[in-house]
Amino acid sequence: MGYLHIDHVSISFDTDHGPLKVLDGIDLRVDKGEFVSLIGHSGCGKSTVLNIVAGLLQSTTGGVLLDNREVDEPGPDRAVVFQNQSLLPWLSVYDNVRLAVDTVFKRSKSRQQRHEWTLHNLELVHMSHALDRRPDEISGGMKQRVGIARALAMEPKVLLMDEPFGALDSLTRTHMQDSLMEIQNELGNTVIMITHDVDEAVLLSDRIVMMTNGPEAKVGEILSINLPRPRDRLALADDPHYNHYRAMVLKFLHKRHAKPDVPKPLQGRIASRLKVVG
Amino acid sequence: MNTQAIREVPARLQEQFKGLPKQVLKVAKGMLVPAVAVLIFLLLWAGTAKNIQTSLGELPGPVQVWEQTGNLLMEHQAERQREAAFIARQVERNAQRLAEDPNAEVRIRSYAGIPTFIDQIITSLLTVATGFVIASVIAIPVGILCGMSATLYSALNPLIQIFKPVSPLAWLPLVTMVVSALYISDDPMFSRSFVNSAITVTLCCLWPTIINTTVGVTSVSKDLLNVSRVLRLGWFTKTVKIVLPSAMPMMFTGMRLSLGIGWMVLIAAEMLAQNPGLGKFVWDEFQNGSSQSLARIMVAVFAIGLVGFALDRGMLMLQRRVSWDKSAILR
Repeated sequence: MGYLHIDHVSISFDTDHGPLKVLDGIDLRVDKGEFVSLIGHSGCGKSTVLNIVAGLLQSTTGGVLLDNREVDEPGPDRAVVFQNQSLLPWLSVYDNVRLAVDTVFKRSKSRQQRHEWTLHNLELVHMSHALDRRPDEISGGMKQRVGIARALAMEPKVLLMDEPFGALDSLTRTHMQDSLMEIQNELGNTVIMITHDVDEAVLLSDRIVMMTNGPEAKVGEILSINLPRPRDRLALADDPHYNHYRAMVLKFLHKRHAKPDVPKPLQGRIASRLKVVG
Repeated sequence: MNTQAIREVPARLQEQFKGLPKQVLKVAKGMLVPAVAVLIFLLLWAGTAKNIQTSLGELPGPVQVWEQTGNLLMEHQAERQREAAFIARQVERNAQRLAEDPNAEVRIRSYAGIPTFIDQIITSLLTVATGFVIASVIAIPVGILCGMSATLYSALNPLIQIFKPVSPLAWLPLVTMVVSALYISDDPMFSRSFVNSAITVTLCCLWPTIINTTVGVTSVSKDLLNVSRVLRLGWFTKTVKIVLPSAMPMMFTGMRLSLGIGWMVLIAAEMLAQNPGLGKFVWDEFQNGSSQSLARIMVAVFAIGLVGFALDRGMLMLQRRVSWDKSAILR
């Protein structure tokens, strides 16, 4: 039994055209210290899975177990790094992290300890030089570093990352990926990361969970990445194993589960009309 | 002048202005257009006013208005001197009496002169400030609650929408009657006319603040609310740390609108309530009907405009001071 168990989770949303089943029986076990990526086409429900684990959404059937306890509400043991950082614009970099630290360690740490813990986590993401800056005074990459520091500072059991680098330019993104690998080597967090970047998934993950297209998305395939750590993106660029894994993911995404140009219900309707005509 | 020389003119001008820093040129350019516009306005005014004959004589032009501005200021100074002299006389008399009989009861009677134009501006400012502060103290909490509870909002929304467009002139008779029924005191701290005007201002400037605060609170980013859910912030912490700061810019927008409306409403309220402020000044001059009256009313018009402008800028500066959102633009 895994540390985190997403147990046959399905979720339906009410729409004007009746209920829409977005996830259909997602079942996944994640071990402690494991880095798992969820990859799939946009709109397939990756974020929904993450939000259910975070407790921000409630599954319709099935449930999530973390460390043998059921997840039924959001909490700092499942810290989320949001794609758009979601820093409070009126607080400095330091205060954004400090707010989380103060809330989570209100009783267990002294004032001085909380101060040091805040600084420590900002040091970890190399943001010590900008403690007093406001979010609108720093770049997107820096903001995401602060977002990660805030999440790490909560000492979560699982770190949930929702396309954390999706909004960054590609150079900044590679920097951030390297930083994240460095932090991961140091801390050994359990991480679930959503991405639609194949290289990012292969480089960072222990396992890649490939999801089928929605609605009624399922876990399509799970690929274990057996590359030694620490990983070096330059060395891996020519590595046949690395390229093999990349190819596997690409094949899944673009061959077996390519995003259909026409939505399925429409295809059905056209087909039935053709039948009538024929 | 031959064409060669004409072509050289811009070059020579440039040469001359090279010494000036670019900043100065930019400011000069920025001020030139408004200055020309004001000048055109003054000329049009002067030209048109001459041709309009009222029962109080010719409609005053810029020159007459300028003269009356000087007169009003001089009257103010004269009144102040008279007051100083009056107080000085009393002090002298009291000293004399104390010298004759050390046990004599002495006191200084306040000077009961007529309020000058400047006094009236101050009265108006005090009245609008009172009304505005009362309105804000009510409207901000109501707005926050409306923003947080959709039920409360749907309950209050019809009332807000109905009362929002009501003119101060409709409120005033009601306010007057209610105040005279409830505000009974032998030695009232505030005169009734002041209370009436202030409450009328309050009734008119509640609404923009309520509405904008509500909008500000409801439009807190969903991501920030998710952050607060992940952190399991309590209701109070969430309100103080996330909802209020994020609603702050909208709240200030509402308060700026409210203050603007309050100032506009005040003049009408003062006219009817006979509160000794700018409204009463205008009314009295109108009733007075001397040959200078129209010019003096025009001075009041400009004073009202300038004070209103200053109030708005003041609010904006306060907003920039207090709010995290430094991008609020001067407009």
